[in-house]
Amino acid sequence: MASRSEAIDTAAIVRQSLHGRRFSPGGLAFELSLLVMLLVSLAVLVTLLADIISGALPVFRDRGIDFVTSGITLDSATAGVWTGLVGSVGIAIIVAVIAFPLGLGAAVYLEEYAPDNSLTRFIQTNIRNLAGVPSIVYGLLGLAVFVRLVDLIGLGGSASTGGRNILAAGITLAVLVLPIVIITASEALRAVPDTIREAGFGVGATRWEVVRHHVLPSAAPGVLTGTVLALARAFGETAPLLVIGVATGFFSAGSAGLFDRLTGPYTALPVVVLSWSRQADPAFKENLAPAAILVLLVVLFAANTAAVVLRNRYDRKW
Amino acid sequence: MTAPTGTVDLRGEPRRLRRELRVKRVFLAAAVVSIAISIAIVASLAGNAIRFFTEVDKASLLDVGWFPRRSRFDLLTPIAGTLVMSGIAMLVAAPLGLGAAIYLSEYARPRVRRLLKPVLEILAGIPSVVLGFFALLWIGPNIIVELLNSPKPATILTASIGVGILVTPLVASVSEDALRAVPQGLREASYGLGAKKSTTVRTVVVPAAVSGIMASLILGLSRAIGETMVTFMAAGAVGGALRTWDPLDSGTTLTAAIASVATGSDQVAGEALAFDGVFALGITLFAITLLLNWVSDRFVRRVREKY
Repeated sequence: MASRSEAIDTAAIVRQSLHGRRFSPGGLAFELSLLVMLLVSLAVLVTLLADIISGALPVFRDRGIDFVTSGITLDSATAGVWTGLVGSVGIAIIVAVIAFPLGLGAAVYLEEYAPDNSLTRFIQTNIRNLAGVPSIVYGLLGLAVFVRLVDLIGLGGSASTGGRNILAAGITLAVLVLPIVIITASEALRAVPDTIREAGFGVGATRWEVVRHHVLPSAAPGVLTGTVLALARAFGETAPLLVIGVATGFFSAGSAGLFDRLTGPYTALPVVVLSWSRQADPAFKENLAPAAILVLLVVLFAANTAAVVLRNRYDRKW
Repeated sequence: MTAPTGTVDLRGEPRRLRRELRVKRVFLAAAVVSIAISIAIVASLAGNAIRFFTEVDKASLLDVGWFPRRSRFDLLTPIAGTLVMSGIAMLVAAPLGLGAAIYLSEYARPRVRRLLKPVLEILAGIPSVVLGFFALLWIGPNIIVELLNSPKPATILTASIGVGILVTPLVASVSEDALRAVPQGLREASYGLGAKKSTTVRTVVVPAAVSGIMASLILGLSRAIGETMVTFMAAGAVGGALRTWDPLDSGTTLTAAIASVATGSDQVAGEALAFDGVFALGITLFAITLLLNWVSDRFVRRVREKY
């Protein structure tokens, strides 16, 4: 009994001397400098948000929802983001219609069908490279190919628009986000365990039946999350739109029908931010541009939250 | 038991098999689209760039500045701007990003980490046009003019700081993944030898993750070089710029030069040589980022192979 309590004491002493805090100024300085780096990054975010919100607040206080529902005008008292919002949503819809099926199809081929050969590896490397291509290069691709293509098949709108319309923008940004959709969808498919597939094959299903009825439903939350994130990326993209001729100034959309809206001049929310922050009128620079940014950030935040909720709610742990 | 009179057809219904093949081809076609995109990018860039180089007056390629509308096509101007801008951006992003990554991965308590990681992700999701606005109207007046006493707010340095902020979360996120991939056993072995926490981090964890950290820096550099909006909005060049290596000058980069030709007049297609010149910048940019991404991919793969 006595020897046992002695042993406990020894352990306590050893533990204390091992755990004892040795004061180390060098170590503390190192930790503090790391912390400072992290805090500076966070402070930048806080400053940025504070700057934008303080600029935007008067606009929303004075005009409320009217700012969101008014179109672009040259008058700072009535200008709103509606035209940009409609343009961005239109682009996002076209992007979703093109990039989702193509991206999912490519991911299904690469994960479910592709043999491990040099063609497959080439496609995979190629997709990774495409994901790293600067967005403005996609703008050049759009300018050289998609704007002309849209004009060539008769959807170019009037002679002055000449294919520089929302269709060309949608195709260009769809191509831009396609690698992201493929990569995220591939990850979602890879997360489905092979036992699910083998169970399907075991009862005589063909590969397509297994994919259609078992793999895709299981991977759906991940695939959708990736698509939503890709759409958010397209929503915030500005540079390629500039190259393919988005309207950066005032233009009259009038009471155009859907076809004219698709083929005529257009603008997008981030482009509205750009053109307002370059106006000489301080009301545009100091208040309207931050207000437009706030609308943009709210949309993106909503999309990201939706993606996270989707993943947490429906993602299955195997 | 008698042997079966006919062989059982195990290949399945022909109709089902034909559908299988059709479906497979559709998916293959979707995958091949990505190759077509790459070919289209290279072909459209190279085609127009080659036309530019054959038609341009060679002397104007070594002029003093990049003014495409006045037929001055000094390629070194946007290249110098890109080098200066991305270099300074990395001087901002590397310490901030790596510091944040090491702190989050090695020092932060799990609860702090769960709180701060999403905040960095928010920063990563901010569109570049927003950072361009912030650089132009906050960093310019408050840091460049007030703090550094520069006469003008819109300089290469203004844009560089903005791009640095933009790239920081990318560097932080990729290098944090690399640090967390270092096996716990290495840290424990170091503690077992009596090393302090800071010694362990500096001499064991960081060196073990060095490939991933390099990858994050190269990826960040590639992203900085390819970033358009911040430089376009905040670097102060309108329509063109003189060649300069001074960060407190206004200047342009490969990306910003492309954007300003595109927005300079109503029609990019209007001036043929300026139009083609944009593609010459584009292919230079494409080649640089492709090379950097390839190098960073190599580094990432080294991490994966090791652990």
